[in-house]
Amino acid sequence: MKVGDLIEIKKDGKVYRGVLMPHHAFSGRNIIVIKLENGYNIGIKVDKNCKIKVIKSFERRSAKKPKIPFDENKKTVALIGTGGTIASYVDYETGAVHPAATAEELALAVPEIFDLCNIDAKILFQKFSENLSPKDWQKMAREVARQLNNKKNGVVIAHGTDTMAFSSAALSFMLKNLNGPVVFTGSQRSSDRPSSDAFLNLMNSVRVALSNIGEVVVVMHNSISSTGCYIHRATKVRKMHSSRRDAFVSINSNPIGFVNENGIEFFGGYRKKTDGKVKVMPKLNENVSLVYFYPGMTREEFERIVEWKDGVVIAGTGLGHVNEDWIPSIKRLTRQGIPVVMTTQCLYGRVNLNVYSTGRKLLKAGVIGGEDMLPEVAWIKLMWVLANEKNVEEAMKKNIAGEISERREIRSLHAKNFI
Amino acid sequence: MTEIDYKKLGFKAGLEIHQQLATHKLFCKCPSELKEKGEKAFERFLRPTQSELGEVDRAALEEARRGKKFVYFSSSSSCLVEADEEPPHEANEEAVDIALTVALLLKADIVDEIHFMRKIVIDGSNTTGFQRTALIALNGEINGVKIETICLEEDAARKIGENGRKVEYALDRLGIPLIEIATSPDISSPSQAKEIAEKIGLILRATNKVKRGIGTIRQDLNVSIKEGNRIEIKGVQELNDIPKILENEVKRQIELIEVKKELEKRKIGEIREEIKDLSHIFEKTGSKLIKNLMKKGGVFGVKLPKFNGIIKGIKYKEHRIGKEFAMYAKIEGGGIIHSDELPNYGISIEEVKKIREELKCNEMDAFVISAGKREVAIKSLKAVVRRAREAIKGVPKEVRKALPNCFTEYMRPMPTAARMYPETDVPPIRIDKRRIERLLKNLPELPDAKIRRIAEYGISMEEAKQLVYTGKDEEFEKFAKKYKGYEKVISRILLNIMGEMEKEGYDVSIVIKRMDEILEGLSKKKFAKEALDKLLRYLAKNDVSLDVAIRECNVGFLEEEKIRDIIRKIVMERIEFIKERKEKAVSGLMGIAMKELRGKADGALVNKILKEELEKFIFQ
Ligand SMILES: [Zn+2]
Repeated sequence: MKVGDLIEIKKDGKVYRGVLMPHHAFSGRNIIVIKLENGYNIGIKVDKNCKIKVIKSFERRSAKKPKIPFDENKKTVALIGTGGTIASYVDYETGAVHPAATAEELALAVPEIFDLCNIDAKILFQKFSENLSPKDWQKMAREVARQLNNKKNGVVIAHGTDTMAFSSAALSFMLKNLNGPVVFTGSQRSSDRPSSDAFLNLMNSVRVALSNIGEVVVVMHNSISSTGCYIHRATKVRKMHSSRRDAFVSINSNPIGFVNENGIEFFGGYRKKTDGKVKVMPKLNENVSLVYFYPGMTREEFERIVEWKDGVVIAGTGLGHVNEDWIPSIKRLTRQGIPVVMTTQCLYGRVNLNVYSTGRKLLKAGVIGGEDMLPEVAWIKLMWVLANEKNVEEAMKKNIAGEISERREIRSLHAKNFI
Repeated sequence: MTEIDYKKLGFKAGLEIHQQLATHKLFCKCPSELKEKGEKAFERFLRPTQSELGEVDRAALEEARRGKKFVYFSSSSSCLVEADEEPPHEANEEAVDIALTVALLLKADIVDEIHFMRKIVIDGSNTTGFQRTALIALNGEINGVKIETICLEEDAARKIGENGRKVEYALDRLGIPLIEIATSPDISSPSQAKEIAEKIGLILRATNKVKRGIGTIRQDLNVSIKEGNRIEIKGVQELNDIPKILENEVKRQIELIEVKKELEKRKIGEIREEIKDLSHIFEKTGSKLIKNLMKKGGVFGVKLPKFNGIIKGIKYKEHRIGKEFAMYAKIEGGGIIHSDELPNYGISIEEVKKIREELKCNEMDAFVISAGKREVAIKSLKAVVRRAREAIKGVPKEVRKALPNCFTEYMRPMPTAARMYPETDVPPIRIDKRRIERLLKNLPELPDAKIRRIAEYGISMEEAKQLVYTGKDEEFEKFAKKYKGYEKVISRILLNIMGEMEKEGYDVSIVIKRMDEILEGLSKKKFAKEALDKLLRYLAKNDVSLDVAIRECNVGFLEEEKIRDIIRKIVMERIEFIKERKEKAVSGLMGIAMKELRGKADGALVNKILKEELEKFIFQ
């Protein structure tokens, strides 16, 4: 007996007939789930008094091998799958939902794309984004460079939304001299649903991938309406809501622009793509900690976390503070040449260590102010800087990939407030 | 017209009843309350998903692209869940309990584990593009009719407007828990259908956990006869309409079968979609209708071979196939005129003749014309041809909409089996023995038992039944317990007086609100029960105190002294009569006294005073 078989269960004089479904993770142990002829799934408790027999063994209908269209008059965009639900398929026979497993499935998830350009699809890996590691970012960076240096107009990376901002920020530091846009996108509602945000996100990502931007960006819904997407600078964007489709927000800066079927509207400056070849600098020193300070967190706890680390980023309170008790520990780190970078858990706003005495003491202890960098972006940057730059402090204070904004205007048109 | 023999026709009908539950929404904590339209919240498109690998349905996709834009309005009755911006929470356990209780009352087999499904719906009525629904129980029974399925599902958003490509929905109704009860098509007559619907309604109400009022219960019917086909009728609002709607549907199917037979007899061949421009015939037409429509485009026509005399109806003219043609055309946006109704609308015999010549119609053939915008007229005529082709085969399977006059109109073709897949965001619910035992212990009183119990208050079985059937039993009991000795009066107010008032257009909710006050006044003998008709109507219209109403209606009880004065006067005026009859005069005089005092004095009191006065007189 296997999933998909038509079976009959006789139990207490009643007969249930239906197709055997996969066992649900939360289903009871002795429960069999069948799909009745009317389409409904029901769970039936079975014991040794039940009689079960297979009426008809399941045979998968052979699907036609799809063909990916190609039009030589159109530009080509590379579509790289890394996981996530942007291309999910439902198998109505078994009810299973699975993500695109082949390049064809990925490319054909939104067939309208082919009206815009040719798609060269590739599944790089299939992972939940929370399972990705810095090694995967390096793999992505090399693949992007390979594609861009191989006559692609741009690259779209389909990614799970949970850590999309991490991956995209990492690629921002690793990829130099971009000769085409690198666009991260995903979906907050999986694409097996008619209401999915995947279609709009993917279409708009391809539009951006065809543009003249020479940066790594995130393209996701700008509101909960299906009207268009914001183009976020990868080093400034953060997932700020667990479920809304407009969860991605540019923090401490405006998005680069807005995109929909009418094209792209830019809000400000951006780096244009170059003519040359993309260079990859994928090296990272992964031995860096990101420490979230909270009241009562002891100096000992801090020391345990940062022991043997090559770099530390702290998400401190307000303008960039931690308990004064920590200062001797921090001083010891910096004396050993281990950089300690301060960011703010407020996320919005800039670190300033000159205002209060604790800040001034931290500065004296050798802490590097992280300006208005997001804590996790500062952490990624420090990993990259440690592996690629000689003067760490100088590099951390310098704007390398748009991660630091010099000024923030009073009125921000595109800031979001979910509260 | 002879009675229809439903048995002989092979009549079969089934019911699908949707009832809203009186608890918060199924997958969030929002109240299940309809609000004002609310504020515009967001706009969306829905898109058919790709089900099978590689099979890209370009047509469906194209349709969706040209598809509708959905605009949603939100109020305090909706949250991020309804907006499809937050995953559903675990299913409302109270709603599950209510559904299980109904399943127990209908003696159905409850599943061991409930699995919610996503049923694809892309008309915008569900923000997700699917309706969440779960099968709770199978194989129930009521009055000998099988209940096939009992489901628990979420109600759809409320459509509040449509304007071209834009459809507007209010989110307040979306997510309200619904029980869906579907019978097998075992129902053998229209009257039985009503009876079963009524019984199911009573059982639902017996739980005390269902919503009451307009729109909270919806009935769909499916019906077929032997030579006909299965038809689904949506949106029946009134139980009392069910028999008439079914009778009409049967007649409509008989008419269509007659059409089929007649066409066979006439040896109908192919119906061609040859639409011709007939504008030149109408250049100097006397028909104002055609003249006006022609300005927008022209007049177009198509031949319907062998249809002459059939379109206007064979057996049941009110169910003529012409009406079906018209509805098909209407959906495409056009109007039609057919040859069976001509000459008419100012179209002359000459013009009819010319059309016949132009379309090469012989005397057996009919034609249909449509005037106005070219594309619309042509699309409308094509739809008519499509429908005429179906007529050769008999009754097409379709979904129809119930109209207030108990007729139905074509809505859409019968949908193919709904596409369903598991709702993975909602965990399955294990139904264990302990839960069922708890529900069995608290099972509500069934309607028949309730009727018997209510009758014990000293009203007739018939009254008790009516109180239960109309859902007024709760109010009756509440007041009957409080005002002992007034049970019959209370029943009369609830059933008769309020019933009449409702028909007359009064707002009877005011009566219910002031019931305590009214019964209090009655028990304190402020007025006679005979005055209720007048008094309640007055109170329903005027927001005044009971005392003022009694005064204005002039129904207040007179003081004893005044009653005595009137009775004395009656006695004095009939001295001769009393002399003759002595004590036996009481009954005669009572009639005269009551005529004068009805509504102003209690009968028993009048009788007492009358006797006293008579005695006084006789002893004198
Ligand atoms: Zn809600």
